[in-house]
Amino acid sequence: MTTYKLNITKEHCPMTFVKTKIQLSKMAKDDILEVLVTEGEPLENIPKSSTEQGFKLLGIEHVQDNIYKIRIKK
Amino acid sequence: MEGKKKLSIICFSGDFDKLTAAFTLASGAAAVNQEVNIFFTFWGLNAIKKKKGRAFTGKGFLARFFGFLMGGINNVPLSRLNFCNISPKLMNYMMRKRNVATLKELIDASIAVGVKLYACEMSMQILGLTTNDFIPDVNKEVLGVVKFLEISEGGDRIFI
Repeated sequence: MTTYKLNITKEHCPMTFVKTKIQLSKMAKDDILEVLVTEGEPLENIPKSSTEQGFKLLGIEHVQDNIYKIRIKK
Repeated sequence: MEGKKKLSIICFSGDFDKLTAAFTLASGAAAVNQEVNIFFTFWGLNAIKKKKGRAFTGKGFLARFFGFLMGGINNVPLSRLNFCNISPKLMNYMMRKRNVATLKELIDASIAVGVKLYACEMSMQILGLTTNDFIPDVNKEVLGVVKFLEISEGGDRIFI
């Protein structure tokens, strides 16, 4: 089980979702992805779309200012 | 888990801004696990040509002449305020400067997240094009209208 990190705080729609999807597709089952996102659409929709794809949302943590860390298990 | 949502885009336009909208929608929808199809017809075919600049593509004199005039992805104009094709270059510069994906990046992203690209049989016939004139990511199965309706059945259809 490996933990991967992805920072999409500087990205804009649709690349926030695209980069998360590509990273998840490269990972093996049970690997964990920690994604740094800004609040707004990525924070609302990345957890939702990940669970819709059958991945497990491990948690969302406030990092600083408007930045959050989403933890997803593949 | 309920079935996958589906989005099918009829990409008629060969304008820079409209292609940007089409590929933004396509890549975004595919990234959140929707099945996405893009059906390229008429001017839209310019976005998927292998030769990205002006080239005499197609079979027959008139088709090759039109192929040259239409060009490829490097020649797509802005739908308004094009200013002799200077505006798309300015727009690309502004997109890069503001860290927004450019049209080419959106096309690559769409392919990477599994968007299915199809070419229109009738337009290919008029312009004397074959699937060999397109980038390899374009489906080898060429679609007519009935087949497009069949694959897009049950999902959202958008005309751009």
